[in-house]
Amino acid sequence: MERRDFIKSAIVVVAGAAVPMSALELMNPKDVLAANPNLKWAFLVDTTKCVGCGMCVKACKTENDIPWTANVSRTWVERYVVTKEGKVWADCPKQARDGFTSPLLDENAAGKISVDPNDIAKGFFVPKLCNQCDNPPCAQVCPVGATYKTPDGPILVDRTWCIGCGYCIQSCPYGARFFHPIYHVADKCTWCYHRLHHGMKTACVGACPFGARQIGNLRDPNDPVTLAVLDGRIGVLKSYFGTKPQAFYIGLSKEVD
Amino acid sequence: MSHVWRPLWVVIVLVAGVLTFRHFYVPKDFGIQEQGYMYGFHRLSNEQDWINFPISYKFSKDDSYCQQCHPGHVKSLLASPHAIIPCEDCHGPALNHPDNPPKLQIDKRRALCLRCHANLPYPGAGRNVMPGIDPLTHNPGQECVECHNPHNVMEGLQ
Repeated sequence: MERRDFIKSAIVVVAGAAVPMSALELMNPKDVLAANPNLKWAFLVDTTKCVGCGMCVKACKTENDIPWTANVSRTWVERYVVTKEGKVWADCPKQARDGFTSPLLDENAAGKISVDPNDIAKGFFVPKLCNQCDNPPCAQVCPVGATYKTPDGPILVDRTWCIGCGYCIQSCPYGARFFHPIYHVADKCTWCYHRLHHGMKTACVGACPFGARQIGNLRDPNDPVTLAVLDGRIGVLKSYFGTKPQAFYIGLSKEVD
Repeated sequence: MSHVWRPLWVVIVLVAGVLTFRHFYVPKDFGIQEQGYMYGFHRLSNEQDWINFPISYKFSKDDSYCQQCHPGHVKSLLASPHAIIPCEDCHGPALNHPDNPPKLQIDKRRALCLRCHANLPYPGAGRNVMPGIDPLTHNPGQECVECHNPHNVMEGLQ
């Protein structure tokens, strides 16, 4: 073989091999795994099972050290009462930390409203909490990098770094964020990140006697939550915001938003 | 050219000052993490800070934690319709009980029972199906546990 031929062939071989090699580089398994971590938490709320006892709110406030008397909570339960004429009433006294024990609706400044039981077409309870959106507007607007999305889903707030500007509280379409009265920083539901990482369920899921709240791992194909999200008739809140909420609801009514 | 250099020096010193301050003030693990610039800009060690947050509630499956020392109570509870209620809903978070606290504070107030058993007349709601009372007419002022055993509710009135 001439030296010239050898160099020509070598160039062809190297160039030809570079193409599949570059494809291998694209398929680096580490990158694939990073894009699909083994954990991706999702929440499932079955509103048909909720009776409005508010045990979830009580447990959440206790577990996460949220002041009991302050009018803020990481999770809350809303009551909806729809009359036969189509009038919709809704209330959430003290975020339902004491449950719903009275048929009177707490309409704040308008006072307590009494609805005739014979006029009620339907009444139900909707537990709410942070949706841990896949496109979280709260994390996007934070000017200092204090709030962020974790690889397994929940959005957290760095209490040492938050300056308390309140942009995130304004940006959340679900009203899930509030100003912590003691730490003076933005606060939000973490889906009990500390409990999840110790193999436990969230405090609200554990406290619910009726199984209205569930949390599961979407990467586990046999998880009951995954099965419900894949096959069940589920809905999400305010889908039109494009936030891709990761809390899914069974039995949503058109009055709920 | 000194009229150009004088303000320029001030600017250079200011910028250098800010950069030096930033170098020492911003934590080393602060930056764009896995989730990208838009959602993942944060101090990485804060994730561990949250994982280290203290756990209050045990919420063990079938109350197995409580059963170790209180088998009788758990047994009577599991035999009643109240079996679905975790112990800690009424007894409060176990924390490191029995070491700390050695005794749990039991919530025996009427208001606790009314969370489920105050009747609300909502067609189609689970609340309406449960045994419910009107708190204004059903022995007002009395605690429920004076007559009802919260563990074994089927036991009848005491």
